[in-house]
Amino acid sequence: MSDQVAAVKLAAITKRFGSVVAVDNVDLEIADGEFFALLGPSGCGKTTTLRMIAGLELPTEGSLKIFGDEAGTLPPNKRPVNTVFQDYALFPHMTVEVNVAFGLKMQRVPKVEIADRVREAISLVRLEGLEQRRSQQLSGGQRQRVALARALVNRPKVLLLDEPLGALDLKLRQEMQGELKALQREVGITFVFVTHDQEEALTMADRIGVLNEGELLQVGTPAEIYEHPVNRFVANFIGQTNLLDATVVSNDTVCLANGAHIPGKSDLGVGARVAVCLRPERAEMQRPDEVPADHQSVVGRLESVTYLGNALVYTVVLDWARLEVRRENQPGGYRPYVGDEVAVSWTLDAISVVRA
Amino acid sequence: MTMASVRPEEQEAAAATPEYEKAANRAASRRGLLLSLPAYAYLVLFFAVPLGIVMIYSFATRNRFGGTDLSGWNLEAYRKLGEPIVRDILFRSLWLAILTTLICLAVSYPFAYFMATRSPLVRNVMLVFVMIPFWTNFLVRNYAWRVLLGNDGLFTNITEAIGLGERELLFTTSAVVIGLVYGSLPFMVLPLYASIERIDLSLVEASRDLYASGFQTFRRILFPLSMPGVIAGSILVFVPSLGAYVTPEILGGAKTTLLGSYIVTQFLTARNWPVGASLSFVLMAVMLVATVVYFRTGGRNL
Repeated sequence: MSDQVAAVKLAAITKRFGSVVAVDNVDLEIADGEFFALLGPSGCGKTTTLRMIAGLELPTEGSLKIFGDEAGTLPPNKRPVNTVFQDYALFPHMTVEVNVAFGLKMQRVPKVEIADRVREAISLVRLEGLEQRRSQQLSGGQRQRVALARALVNRPKVLLLDEPLGALDLKLRQEMQGELKALQREVGITFVFVTHDQEEALTMADRIGVLNEGELLQVGTPAEIYEHPVNRFVANFIGQTNLLDATVVSNDTVCLANGAHIPGKSDLGVGARVAVCLRPERAEMQRPDEVPADHQSVVGRLESVTYLGNALVYTVVLDWARLEVRRENQPGGYRPYVGDEVAVSWTLDAISVVRA
Repeated sequence: MTMASVRPEEQEAAAATPEYEKAANRAASRRGLLLSLPAYAYLVLFFAVPLGIVMIYSFATRNRFGGTDLSGWNLEAYRKLGEPIVRDILFRSLWLAILTTLICLAVSYPFAYFMATRSPLVRNVMLVFVMIPFWTNFLVRNYAWRVLLGNDGLFTNITEAIGLGERELLFTTSAVVIGLVYGSLPFMVLPLYASIERIDLSLVEASRDLYASGFQTFRRILFPLSMPGVIAGSILVFVPSLGAYVTPEILGGAKTTLLGSYIVTQFLTARNWPVGASLSFVLMAVMLVATVVYFRTGGRNL
């Protein structure tokens, strides 16, 4: 992959609005054909990053290349990228068909070709029969498809999507997640999408970049990010997690806040303040006297049980921490009651040590 | 559900509800009528009745002594409008009103767009700037232009300074247009601002993203979407400009007679009330057409 030209390459990109640093010295390479998610809480700079790729904002510093060509200061109409806007931004005075044809018309594509490509794009997003409607006469899901068709019809080298599913209700959102993914495979275009929904990012993206307060904290596949978060913020933001405060004692031992030394690999240096990240579904639970020999454990009191149908979440309170344990709802097995003394345990490969 | 299965008291309630609603509606409309009575009375007394009188006069004949004969109705006064002198005045007024409207549009659009895309604070400050001239009497402002455009005024000084020689604008058609544009600018800016402000600016971004240049974005997105404001502003400028009296009188002098002045002359100097009345009616017809066009096109599109 390294010998290929990156679809999008940001080098030391910074964007300031007055004294506010929206994007802080970000380096990022997005490969050709990738489905890439920029993930972070609102105000983290992910939309600003996307808008800089689109040309709707100009970077304050740094270099931005699209397929090897410097694009940092090009206006949006001179870039081989198209955007699906958050609220779709469909032109209200035009029909679906005219909306979709707009980009081609502006590029002075011959009329015959426009007609063919518009028809093709409309059938790609399955909107046949709605060509003459106006955006006010469409449902949220349909508008989203028009926005997609309007962008894809131009065959951009990179498609940018700003919270593409944000305005849809849950059921439709889940449906569209699958469709978007399938669509991306079909057209083979690099997709860069912005979301604050970690589940959406995990489900759809090939790789995720996690941003917070303008900084790019971690880039990796969903599995890498979920299983080996670099710090407390990423661990917390992606999925549910238990974080136990600890200090590094040696490169394979940490000292928990209760004084217990447990095995835990880290290269952060002796004395570094860290957190042990234990995902609820990887934690196990036994009677305090039945903990297997190869497990580390802490003992606490069961405070509550949340019934989720397919799973149960147990909240265990220690005098220095609170842990959640998630168990599949299967018959048999250990089923403690609220108030019982229980041991929460784990094996070495179930945890990761992250920067605090 | 058949009626037989409904219990008697429910039937009664079902029947009673529409009756009650009807009565309530009747009472509401009676109240509405009563409340709007003063306004109606005012309109009838001071607008409809005088209008009727003007109409009657427009079909009458002027007698030898400058009075008006109401007997023997005819279309003589309307026929007079076809005469070259009157026709020229009509066309000149139309042309100046159209010119004024177009200049106002060209000047106001960038300003309104700029205003609509600023922060709320800046918008309000700019709105106040647009309004400030209104605090001074209209007549006074017109006389101020007389000073600016007149002999040894600011304008002449500028043309002299940049080597164009001594140019005097006062008492020319240009002076009238300048005065009319100045006076009607706010009536163009405000509706434009209101309609541009309502446009979602992400549409502009979407257009730019879809390979449109700045000008194409204006032509295909911004301008069509601001059409209600363009039409409203144009009518608010065009209609008063067409019948303008004060500005042409003060800045245009006697050389370029416009409709408003001509009508006044017919009534007061020439004492030809029928011609003054018929001209007023034609003027009103043109304005009516403009207003109908506005309501027909303004409501659509958005």
